[in-house]
Amino acid sequence: MARQLLKGNVAFAEAAIRAGCEAYFGYPITPQTEALEHMAKRMPELGRTFVQAESEVAAINMVYGAATAGVRVMTSSSSPGVSLMMEGLSYIAGSRVPMVIVDVMRGGPGLGNIAPAQSDYNQMVKGGPHGDARMIVLAPATVQELIDLTAEAFELAERYRCITVVLADGSLGQMMEPAELPPMTEPRRAEDRPAWALTGASGREPHAITSIYLDPEEEEAYNQELQATYREIERQEVRFEEAYLAGARIAVVAFGTAGRLSLTAIEAARDEDIAVGLLRPVTLFPFPEERLRRLAHEVDAILVVEMNAGQMLGDVRRATRERVPIHFFGRTGGVVPMPEEVLDAIRGVQAELMREEAVA
Amino acid sequence: MSVQAPNPTLAPVVRYPEALAPTPTHYCPGCTHGIAHRLVAEVIDELGVREETIGVASVGCSVFAYNYFSVDFAQAPHGRAPALATGIKRTSPDKVVFTYQGDGDLASIGAAEILHAAARGENITVIFINNAIYGMTGGQMAPTTLAGQRTTSSPLGRDVKLQGHPLKMSEILAQVDGAAYVARRSLHDVVNIRRAKKAIRKAFEVQQQGLGFAMVELLSSCPTNWGMEAQEALDFIRDDMVPFYPLGEFKVPGNGAPGGAKGDGQHPKGGR
Amino acid sequence: MKGTVTVDEALCKGCGLCTGVCPKGLLALSTRFSERGYHPVELTDPDDLCTGCELCSVICPEAAFTVYRERAAA
Repeated sequence: MARQLLKGNVAFAEAAIRAGCEAYFGYPITPQTEALEHMAKRMPELGRTFVQAESEVAAINMVYGAATAGVRVMTSSSSPGVSLMMEGLSYIAGSRVPMVIVDVMRGGPGLGNIAPAQSDYNQMVKGGPHGDARMIVLAPATVQELIDLTAEAFELAERYRCITVVLADGSLGQMMEPAELPPMTEPRRAEDRPAWALTGASGREPHAITSIYLDPEEEEAYNQELQATYREIERQEVRFEEAYLAGARIAVVAFGTAGRLSLTAIEAARDEDIAVGLLRPVTLFPFPEERLRRLAHEVDAILVVEMNAGQMLGDVRRATRERVPIHFFGRTGGVVPMPEEVLDAIRGVQAELMREEAVA
Repeated sequence: MSVQAPNPTLAPVVRYPEALAPTPTHYCPGCTHGIAHRLVAEVIDELGVREETIGVASVGCSVFAYNYFSVDFAQAPHGRAPALATGIKRTSPDKVVFTYQGDGDLASIGAAEILHAAARGENITVIFINNAIYGMTGGQMAPTTLAGQRTTSSPLGRDVKLQGHPLKMSEILAQVDGAAYVARRSLHDVVNIRRAKKAIRKAFEVQQQGLGFAMVELLSSCPTNWGMEAQEALDFIRDDMVPFYPLGEFKVPGNGAPGGAKGDGQHPKGGR
Repeated sequence: MKGTVTVDEALCKGCGLCTGVCPKGLLALSTRFSERGYHPVELTDPDDLCTGCELCSVICPEAAFTVYRERAAA
């Protein structure tokens, strides 16, 4: 397919359509509303389902309903709207029905603003649905990656019967970049829906899809099944990108847009003969634990760059056992750092390394 | 459940419904949930739609409804059943989709969901159990608790100045243009139970005819939390609830006037 | 028209609502206990008065009644 200039929000919506998404339920919220509007136009054209719900609470529950019927379904929202969806996400995780959600993060907390941020890392990766539930979290850094990961998210969700989050931010949602969409896949036929789905108890025992297990031992056993799924995801689905790490003394660890602008800063730093490279996690859950652990044996310092007050930072500290100094540079509240700021931070880390060497 | 006739000249005319699972329920003795479940199951059997029905259970005493019906079921968060039903019906329009909700579920936490499902004219059937109290959580005030009624969160009796007035959901939803059939019936005696079954059947037929949103509100009892015996509780419905929540059909297909209540003026003591 | 009813004691919770609707007063709670610990309802109809009117089955919250009636003449 040809490359075309695409707006992030429109790109992920169309990518989902091309991946056979059958239903979209959502609610307007800046900075992702273009996705809803694109779905409002395209889904009826294709004879698929679109509903603008009365709230994000209703939207996620419509998704839940469609998911129980074995339908490929998604929603999208932004930070305050995602908070409203947390109840539904927990029920969905606890019922093991697959779905995809694109979270286009914005400044917070509270109403915050509509500028880009990464301050919901903890919410989506560590917290999120109540209970011992996890969601696969994918972090694209370009519109092309946003397209590719959204299209793949459905298969991941269905393979593990879990929620897959595509964690973007307002800049990715709003920016326009040349990118390529995948070819169209037709949605599954009704008769090809999964065996566990609610399709009418014809010629079989009725199915009940529920997340309530009143007996604690039964609930624990069920949780152990969920945990087994998450361990399998951790074994099979870790993804990350690396650049310039061979021979690097400093590693910048950053995801999404922060990873992208860090790369620009890193290339400028390398022009100043600073041996710095980038590790960009693409899956935040499963976190690239093993790669981080080894990284702490390969470099002398790590700089975590985020558009928040330090959230992935905690996971980096943990995974590296802080074997080397872990530095942090972040802007939050919707401020997008300029590559020059990250470059300054890299220079700072370099200067400290040189000071320690001088002392040693 | 053998239907071997005790005497070969006798034939079974009333049997355990096929759409009801052969599972004893956890409901209290005399609780009208059991009557409502049976009526819904009988209607599903009569319409022959057991194998294409998908129910949505809510949160309340009926949270385990999926154990008591022999149809596919999804379990919704508190109040959200109309949204799940929307997601299911929109993507599986050939299925018969119904929700089964209590008064807290539908009229309190789920007020937005039911209003908008009706506004969108979602082609679903809603069974609304109104027993004027929160049963499962031990007897707190519901949006439909009567003025002056004592509950654990209105221990001095509901004071409308402080705790608001009860909501008449059938009247409210009948005014919504997307609602095609809205009726309130009662389960307090045989005559009214038979009328309730007719209304439930109509509410499912409206869905089959693709006419829009259909709801039947069923005045129900909660003997345990009302602190009454089973029969006493049915009498409370007749004497105290029916005068405030009039019975009748508030919207029928073709009755276009919003808010055109078609209460049939059922005398509260009628049918005994 | 002759009739009779049977009560599934695995379902009956002894709520007693049926005893109030039987027009012939043929239903009463027993004094014995069912397996579930309730006093199940029993039909006592020595004079064959039951007509299979179904009222008991309509009021029963447990769908515990099976109601029988004479087959209509062909």
